[in-house]
Amino acid sequence: MAERTQKQKSAPARTEEEVTEAPATTATGEKLKAELDDLLDEIDGVLETNAEDFVKSYVQKGGE
Amino acid sequence: MAIPKVCGIETEYGIMVRGADNNPVSASSLLINAYLNTHTRKIVWDFQDERPGNDARGFSLDDALAPDIDTHLVNAVLTNGARYYVDHAHPEVSTPECLDAREVVLFDRAAEEIVRASMIAARNLLPEGAEILCHKNNSDGKGNSYGCHENYLLSRETPFGRIVAQVTPHFVTRQIVIGAGKVGCELAGVGADDVPFQISQRADFFEEEVGLETTLKRPIVNTRDEPHCDATKYRRLHVILGDANMSEVATYLKVGATAIVLAMIEDDVMGDDLTIANPVGAIRQVSHDTALKRTILLRSGRRARAMEIQWSLLERARKYERSHGLGCVGEEVGADVLRRWEDVLTGLEHDRDSVADVVDWVAKQRMVEGFAERHRVRPGDARLKALDLQYHDMRREKCLADRVGLQTLVSDDEVRAAMTNPPTTTRAYFRGRCLAKWPADIVAANWDSLVFDVGRDPLRRVPMMEPLRGTEEHVGRLIDESDTATELLARLGA
Repeated sequence: MAERTQKQKSAPARTEEEVTEAPATTATGEKLKAELDDLLDEIDGVLETNAEDFVKSYVQKGGE
Repeated sequence: MAIPKVCGIETEYGIMVRGADNNPVSASSLLINAYLNTHTRKIVWDFQDERPGNDARGFSLDDALAPDIDTHLVNAVLTNGARYYVDHAHPEVSTPECLDAREVVLFDRAAEEIVRASMIAARNLLPEGAEILCHKNNSDGKGNSYGCHENYLLSRETPFGRIVAQVTPHFVTRQIVIGAGKVGCELAGVGADDVPFQISQRADFFEEEVGLETTLKRPIVNTRDEPHCDATKYRRLHVILGDANMSEVATYLKVGATAIVLAMIEDDVMGDDLTIANPVGAIRQVSHDTALKRTILLRSGRRARAMEIQWSLLERARKYERSHGLGCVGEEVGADVLRRWEDVLTGLEHDRDSVADVVDWVAKQRMVEGFAERHRVRPGDARLKALDLQYHDMRREKCLADRVGLQTLVSDDEVRAAMTNPPTTTRAYFRGRCLAKWPADIVAANWDSLVFDVGRDPLRRVPMMEPLRGTEEHVGRLIDESDTATELLARLGA
């Protein structure tokens, strides 16, 4: 995988009262929603076909 | 000043067999042997220095604990300095000793690739159509948990009571940064409607504040006193409450921030004002509170959110950076850990989606809730639990963590190299290089010694009691210039 560019963020304010909730811009919000939709499309194809059996048969012994 | 925070991670993987007998102990052995036979020459582990019954509070439980009956199970040491073995009913990889959090990420990723390579190698040994599946998670959703333990080197001089008292606030609250997320709850009487999703895989399983156990009545601070090095100078803090992370940045922050917190405790600048009144109750409450809104009662009588405690720890770490420097965790890595820690806290508080590429539980929750909404699925539906399991699936074609857009810190090439080459800055270098160069002459290996058999003499044990000796700088040339193990031993004066 390729190394990713670090996201640069400005120094945050530390306490609740100093900060107002920064609403995501509509563009960012839509981009995130589109990404999530793509992910969910992909998941529909990757998820175990019989999820119920898979989950039921997933039994581990305790470890450590 | 705090001593270098030599560190490492040991991860037990979930294991199941499909299409053949599903015995986890034999499957774990088969998995590891398949890897060793395909990729390495097997060197057995030496149990000489194992004392898991020693308690850091000053007494020994060796007589009280059941004898270790697992010693006949597969147990190998790899040329990258790691240990790959069957622990109880799971395959487990311990990374080699690392000098900083980035190196731990690298060797933890290498461990994942070793497990993946093992799954592929095992297919050839199983009946047609059968396969072994491994998951890098910590619970089966049915009340059975297995661990991902961290280890940190501390000075023996640091009073253990101070470590317990002052590290607990971080252990209770760090999960909001590094929790791996879990669908549902495994506490008796708590249903999917009560807790549809929680922050930590492990929080449901902790019942004590401090103790020696790891499998029953698990404690927030584990007291195992088994330093695997000079016990008069060092402790190894064995941290058992963490989740196994899929996000590289999460592993980085788990180890990096904890190492800094421990350095602050060692230098006695932490203070006791964050002491939590009821840590066991708090750890569950924090895990179940994905809104990050509930407050925890401190012993001082003050109430604080987990987020506020994390901010307070970060502020102390910033101050510590200015007063003491971060040399003991690596200056550059330490400064980067503080930046990223701050980014995550800011994101969690003000723009949750912005940290979905580094925080496992946020990535998983987004995916699970998105799926539930799209398919109109109610809490408790098996498909949601399947999503949770598949987030941690070691099969590339099924792994959902691979698909949620997590940031990475290390390159594929680095990871490939770390599957066989040891770190250069700890004694793991000596262990790994010797194993690679003279496998036929080494009869046993463990964390603090190598045992050579060079024919005519009795077996020769080379002790490695100092975690920071045996580095490339110390012994690189010596190993390069020695043609045989006999020559190496002669030059070492062993």
